[in-house]
Amino acid sequence: MAIRGNWMYENNGGTCVAIAGADYCVIAADTRLSVGYSIYTRDYSKICKLADKCVMASSGFQGDLKALQKNLAAKHLIYQHQHNKQMSCPAMAQLLSNTLYYKRFFPYYTFNILGGLDSDGKGCVFTYDAVGSYERVGYSAHGTGAGLIIPVLDNQLKSPSPLLLPAKDAVTPLSEMEAVDLVKDVFASATERDIYTGDKVEILVINASGIRQELMELRKD
Amino acid sequence: MFRNQYDTDVTTWSPAGRLFQVEYAMEAVKQGAAAVGLRSTSHVVLATVNKAASDLSSHQRKVFKIDDHIGVAIAGLTADGRVLSRYLRNECINHAFVYESPLPVSRLVVRLADKAQVCTQRSWKRPYGVGLLVAGLDETGAHLYYNCPSGNYFEYQAFAIGSRSQAAKTYMERRFEAFNNYSRDELIKDAIFAIRETLQGEKLTSSICTVAIVGIGEPFHMIDQKIIQEVIDSVEIKEDAAAADQAPAQDDDKSSEAAPMDI
Repeated sequence: MAIRGNWMYENNGGTCVAIAGADYCVIAADTRLSVGYSIYTRDYSKICKLADKCVMASSGFQGDLKALQKNLAAKHLIYQHQHNKQMSCPAMAQLLSNTLYYKRFFPYYTFNILGGLDSDGKGCVFTYDAVGSYERVGYSAHGTGAGLIIPVLDNQLKSPSPLLLPAKDAVTPLSEMEAVDLVKDVFASATERDIYTGDKVEILVINASGIRQELMELRKD
Repeated sequence: MFRNQYDTDVTTWSPAGRLFQVEYAMEAVKQGAAAVGLRSTSHVVLATVNKAASDLSSHQRKVFKIDDHIGVAIAGLTADGRVLSRYLRNECINHAFVYESPLPVSRLVVRLADKAQVCTQRSWKRPYGVGLLVAGLDETGAHLYYNCPSGNYFEYQAFAIGSRSQAAKTYMERRFEAFNNYSRDELIKDAIFAIRETLQGEKLTSSICTVAIVGIGEPFHMIDQKIIQEVIDSVEIKEDAAAADQAPAQDDDKSSEAAPMDI
């Protein structure tokens, strides 16, 4: 169902969410891939592990996402050869921004969220637009279900405005288990009303001991 | 080799059909510190002697990881080796990006050889002054190649390059037929033995040698200094027991320095 003028891109639907904690980060995305009113597959991962403590989730056009992931993986390999270590999450965040802006006049149709631990071991979430504008935040959501999820996160995570002085930590005081439960709840809610979100949600938790993965079933309709 | 009127340019042939500049480049390899490589059907081991310019400086880095399935050891002008390693890494990354699979070793060495050949046929270039032992694993098995500054390359069961490498070659010539069936640990031990031959009497400690391995189910990596020292010690214990009149010289030279520094 290609619309004239938009043939180079397609929106494959889906939603992704990330929450930063004091010493952990939760990233989640559903696994449904759609085109128009059809489902192509119920089992597609929108999440990519870029570095030891850095994970990216994106919604949008999955073809561009695949290319973007490969691009970043190759750049990360070069970095490791040159510096003998993995990229930190803030470094990867800047790299992603530059990579996206590089294609400012033929953008990657991806709405990305980067999550991980910074060099101090604190959780960090970076949120992007399609051409690389980014900001470090306490939580974020993108995709077809984002409009249903963000208000709930705003309410629950009480992240203070960056305009308030003194600058307060944007990272939530919730525990890891509470944050994962919140993510499961918001996905279940978004699945109810958003047709492009459902099937399963893939939840990754990054903390000092590594990356843990969880899959939760969602409504299939 | 003596100076003659045909050795100024790399693009000048001698009447005997030789390119002297290329041969001089191969001399540079012979002057470098030794490097050896051994291959079995499932693993390839590289070992090098790490000479430090002085006690105050760090060791030269002579073994480079190119990709998970390929590594190289160099002898000669290490700066040239570093630059070529960067080229090899790029080739592997580009191939994996396009084909989603690791670059076969044989194709990598051909590209390297072609790159070296270019420098033997341009008047404004000089040949790379470094020999590379390329160790890798691909679908066709374990491979060890030697790439020459001349642009030639050969596959080997075992090889040694650099100064006093003939001693290591002699050691390996007596044993190479059994290498294919060697276990991983036997291969490492023989590599260390071969390196010891090139030292010709000098004391072998883990601080002056680097050993790296790649094999089935084992991505390319350097072997920890402690493990190398353990192998050396176990070997020396056996030899001291055999030569009964020598005092048991168990040098606990566990100078567990960090791996050679990045240049």
